[in-house]
Amino acid sequence: MHDAGKVIPGIIAFVLFVTVPFWTNFGKAAPKPQPEIPKEYKKCVESKEFMRREHMKLLRKWRFDVVRNNMRIYINSEGKPINMSLQNECLRCHSSKKKFCDVCHDYVAAHPYCWNCHIPPEERKGWATKEVKSLTEEASSEQPASHH
Amino acid sequence: MLEKALVGSKKYYALVFFLAAIFLVGFFFFLKQLKFGLGITGMSRDVSWGFYVAQFTYLVGVAASAVMVVLPYYLHNYKDYGKLTIFGEFLAIGAVTMCLLFIVVDIGQTHRLFNVLLHPTPHSMLFYDMIVLNGYLLLNLICGWTALHAVYKGTKYPSWVKPFIYLSIPWAFSIHTVTAFLYAGLPGRHFWLTAVMAPRFLASAFCSGPALLLILIYIVKAFTRFDPGEKAIRALAKTITYALLANLFLFGCELFTSFYSGIPGHQFSIKYLFAGLHGHMKLVPWMWTAYALMLVAAVLLVIPQTRNNLGLLPLLCVLVVIGTWIDKGMGLIVGGFVPNPLERITEYMPTFPEVMISVGIYAAGFLIITVLYKIAISVMESRGLI
Amino acid sequence: MVIDTRVCQKYAPCEDCIHACHHLHNVPQIPYKKHEVKWIWKDEFEHAFPDTAHEYANEVLHGREFLLLCNHCEHPPCVRVCPTQATFKREDGIVMMDMHRCIGCRFCMAACPYGSRSFNWRDPRPFIKNPNPRYPTRMKGVVEKCTFCTERLAEGKLPACAEACKHGAIVVGDLADPNSEINKILREHFTLRRKVHLGTGPSVFYII
Ligand code: SF4
Ligand code: SF4
Ligand code: SF4
Repeated sequence: MHDAGKVIPGIIAFVLFVTVPFWTNFGKAAPKPQPEIPKEYKKCVESKEFMRREHMKLLRKWRFDVVRNNMRIYINSEGKPINMSLQNECLRCHSSKKKFCDVCHDYVAAHPYCWNCHIPPEERKGWATKEVKSLTEEASSEQPASHH
Repeated sequence: MLEKALVGSKKYYALVFFLAAIFLVGFFFFLKQLKFGLGITGMSRDVSWGFYVAQFTYLVGVAASAVMVVLPYYLHNYKDYGKLTIFGEFLAIGAVTMCLLFIVVDIGQTHRLFNVLLHPTPHSMLFYDMIVLNGYLLLNLICGWTALHAVYKGTKYPSWVKPFIYLSIPWAFSIHTVTAFLYAGLPGRHFWLTAVMAPRFLASAFCSGPALLLILIYIVKAFTRFDPGEKAIRALAKTITYALLANLFLFGCELFTSFYSGIPGHQFSIKYLFAGLHGHMKLVPWMWTAYALMLVAAVLLVIPQTRNNLGLLPLLCVLVVIGTWIDKGMGLIVGGFVPNPLERITEYMPTFPEVMISVGIYAAGFLIITVLYKIAISVMESRGLI
Repeated sequence: MVIDTRVCQKYAPCEDCIHACHHLHNVPQIPYKKHEVKWIWKDEFEHAFPDTAHEYANEVLHGREFLLLCNHCEHPPCVRVCPTQATFKREDGIVMMDMHRCIGCRFCMAACPYGSRSFNWRDPRPFIKNPNPRYPTRMKGVVEKCTFCTERLAEGKLPACAEACKHGAIVVGDLADPNSEINKILREHFTLRRKVHLGTGPSVFYII
């Protein structure tokens, strides 16, 4: 084999490169995630095991039913009707996204973008930065006064 | 054959690196766009498509125009185009790739692009556009590559590609027809709502595409031993001439319908483009430039002495390319949005990042074309064909 | 939906409906005109009805402002062109947006002859001053428009704009039912629809 002198170090360098995340995390096993379970409530939509495994599928189905089929009530395996809403139903009990959702999602490096639109409890106050606030106030003061 | 792309002259490497560098600059701005959103461009609620879609439309035409060399060669056995067809097909590959990239940068949710496949929607023209464009890319890859491979092996192209070649001919017409239908089927956009949209698209494609091909061929000719032959060049010049005349004629038809009928809605966009509307006239100089260039080119191409002047021809091609590029790109797209459905006027000009992203895509496309042309030239050289 | 523009004119410049809708649905107030997002807004006769307006129109019409929103067309071009069915027509006739699916190609914006649609050119959140925690926002890169308050209809409530109007200018009902209140109003009044000649069949009527 000609060029073995170049090829073999090349392969080694490549292998090292693609395994960089592995090496940088080596020996730093993160502790098992402990999402905070709401105390006041005993039962979720379905069993704990089901929710742990299937919550994303369930939410996807809900999303489809609500937006596209105009169906808003989910009947769970116990026959109990539940309002299909992430923002208004799930988060009613799970009152913190940080202490619940994010705990596992961060652990497995999943970044669901539900929160780009659905408002987590932590952010109910809004996002307006100072600069934008003054801009919008300016704009609204230009319009005729509104009656509230 | 691919290895031919890896060894070349210094100039070849320089060009490849230059194009790759520009592509990276464009990519950098694309990352910025991903971060901020499409608000980084000059587009707005009223002019919701702009420079990207304009480039897309123009390049679909360039891609479709490969048929202008493929058709005479394969259907009419016009031998003089023998060497040109591969270049035509490779230009189409580059052009379709750019089209697809322009779609990628234009949509707001880039990572959801595949929703178009996940939820196929046969009543949407965009769905067909996606099919025909990708199909056309594939067809040209198959036809161009096997044709070149045959040259490489010193044989005739295998008979199994024949059906693909024949298919690619109507397919080329289809890509531009469907692209015209994107616009021509929308109620309330008077400027686009016209049955001659598809014919006009084809006409402008069949002058601008071959003109671009000729310019590229002249460049290739200057740097390599490749020569398609005077006869081929002259024949292509005739195609450009007829198509350009058809394009201008169809535009004249539009003018007649709009102004003889006297319906205001049909006139607004044209007035905006050529005279300005209520003092808004950003595109006026551009449009007059476009039509001046096309008219001058048309006159000089019609006169046999100037058309057959092989030194002047590339210059005329440049006029055609620039003229149609303005007319069919910005003119057609932005013109359709001004005035808006409420007859209010919002003007549009691309922003710097928008232009840089577009330039980056052009660099990517021309990089592909450069590499493909390089392979083709090397193969032909190795066979002693040039 | 029927809008009695005489009432709107009488109480001008009242914008209760607009504020109610935009607050409830977390529609951002973006001061930069080109990036504007709006579901319901007002414009003059010449712009609301460009094909009907003429220079001899009487003063009353001239000064009147018209509420504009998605017409929930019977044959909606926006639905026809959408490549992903992110815009679709429900069985009850409401033209609905699925923001989870929209790829932001803006084909629907080119197709809508009424300018009813807005695109999120940037992250809208910083421009929502006082968000409604019960309704989502949108993210950059999707198109949005009036959804006819499907979330409220499901609870048996009226659309927010109709409810917010203290003067009863907005009446909502079932066009398919010949005995409905709305059909009665339509029989008794002279109404206009926007750009009927395009064949879209708009479902918003204006009492003049
Ligand atoms: S008004 Fe526009 S957005 Fe609304 S249904 Fe009609 S075409 Fe679609
Ligand atoms: S922007 Fe969204 S809703 Fe509009 S046509 Fe494209 S995918 Fe459909
Ligand atoms: S019907 Fe609902 S979404 Fe539509 S304009 Fe009225 S309040 Fe807004």
